[in-house]
Amino acid sequence: MSIIKASDVDFYYGDFHALKGISMEMERNSVTAFIGPSGCGKSTFLRLINRMNDLIDGTRLTGSIEVEGRNIYDKKIDVDTLRAEVGMVFQKPNPFAKSIFDNIAYGLRVNGVKDKAFIEQRVEESLRGAALWDEVKDKLKKSAFELSGGQQQRLCIARALAVQPKIILMDEPASALDPLSTAKIEDLIFTLKSDYTIVIVTHNMQQAARVSDKTAFFYLGELIEYDDTKKMFLSPQVEATQNYITGRFG
Amino acid sequence: MKRKTLIQNIAFGIFRLMALSVVAILVWIIGFLVVKGAGALSWEFITESPTDGMTKGGIFPAIVGTLCLVVGSMVFAFPIGVMSGIYINEYAANNWVVKFIRVMTNNLSSIPSIVFGLFGMALFVNTLGFGDSILAGSLTLGLLVLPIVIRTTEEALKTIPDTYRQGSYALGASKLTTIRKVILPMAMPNITTGLILAVGRVSGETAPILFTCAAYFLPKLPTSIFDQVMALPYHLYVLATSGTDIEAARPVAYGTALVLILIVLIVNLLAGVLRGYFNKKLR
Repeated sequence: MSIIKASDVDFYYGDFHALKGISMEMERNSVTAFIGPSGCGKSTFLRLINRMNDLIDGTRLTGSIEVEGRNIYDKKIDVDTLRAEVGMVFQKPNPFAKSIFDNIAYGLRVNGVKDKAFIEQRVEESLRGAALWDEVKDKLKKSAFELSGGQQQRLCIARALAVQPKIILMDEPASALDPLSTAKIEDLIFTLKSDYTIVIVTHNMQQAARVSDKTAFFYLGELIEYDDTKKMFLSPQVEATQNYITGRFG
Repeated sequence: MKRKTLIQNIAFGIFRLMALSVVAILVWIIGFLVVKGAGALSWEFITESPTDGMTKGGIFPAIVGTLCLVVGSMVFAFPIGVMSGIYINEYAANNWVVKFIRVMTNNLSSIPSIVFGLFGMALFVNTLGFGDSILAGSLTLGLLVLPIVIRTTEEALKTIPDTYRQGSYALGASKLTTIRKVILPMAMPNITTGLILAVGRVSGETAPILFTCAAYFLPKLPTSIFDQVMALPYHLYVLATSGTDIEAARPVAYGTALVLILIVLIVNLLAGVLRGYFNKKLR
């Protein structure tokens, strides 16, 4: 059963028609990759799933996006609650100016968790979940800024895991990292799949091919092709997709 | 030497001269005050009241008065200024209302301080009936420095990249929580700079307290916020222009100026420590 379902989504930044008639469904416990050239709308679409685009003035959406059967653009939806359920990892690591421990605990605290023992337990679980625990267990009180870029990004993933979202959105999570850190993030995505639904935007074809079950190709605000990753990369149905993944443009 | 290098060197020399002359002037002023005023400094000078028509004795009531005004005006200006800054930068859409607020804030900072003094007298002293008092003086001084606090808060918040806000929202944090727990702590060191500037300004202003608070001669300490006080800048003004024996009061005047500068320096140092503390908390 699909956990995310977009129906006829049109999205505008002012007069700019950024997304045109997007309809697609994403499976629970799967990894979906969004690919396409810069400005094709893939990040915009990703940011619609946790309503991050609400922060931008002058945007407009028609159509609907459902998460677990509820239209998240319904007036009754509480955006903060939605975002606790749909986590996000950003392009550049953005740990808060707090200790490693407090970075993870933050999400729990803002969602009303006060039980210290529970917070400690969740912090450890989350750091283990993000394959960071062994590297930081002795310096939880140290500032998050002391970590390397790759560690910071895994900290941000751990931070997202701590609030136990159902979906994790990743906006080019490895684009600012070195190859080794990138490999770690990709391994992590593979492990996380068993507990979470992951949607990842990437500019890296190999990465999409390696980590995802399904791939969606966006071009000029339209969803050109959406299929199993293997099929997409071996025998794309649309010529534009073929041209993009073979590097002829983009 | 090549012509180009020569021009470079001349330009660089001029810039360096200008920068050094600024330092020289500052050193000159402080040196002048130390030479002229150090003789007047003593324990009695900073702990006793003026005597003999203000030509002898100390300036303790004026020191206390100035400290009262600094604290009083900050209690008023700091929260209001910081909250306004937060509103302008974090909440308000960038529309004509905000532009209007910004223009008005800038205008507020270009109003001459004597006008603040008259306004304070009209509103706080007379209309609201606070009389010549610490309260009226603090409110007037607070108004004067509000633009500084608002502006530095706004600038401090502006330097925090949006990605931190989004990172917090993405965890389900509300806007208010995000500002309180993530953004303000990061902006605190720079907001503190605004506080330093404001304190420096408040402790040296004479005109705004002229009609709202400052006493010509009041050799006792205030007991409530409705009391008048002496204040260092005004005391200095009095000593230099309208004392009973201006010549005899000269050393006291220089000593007062020195104490005033020292207080501002100490406050700046304290604020620097505070800034360092906030900075450290971030690392």
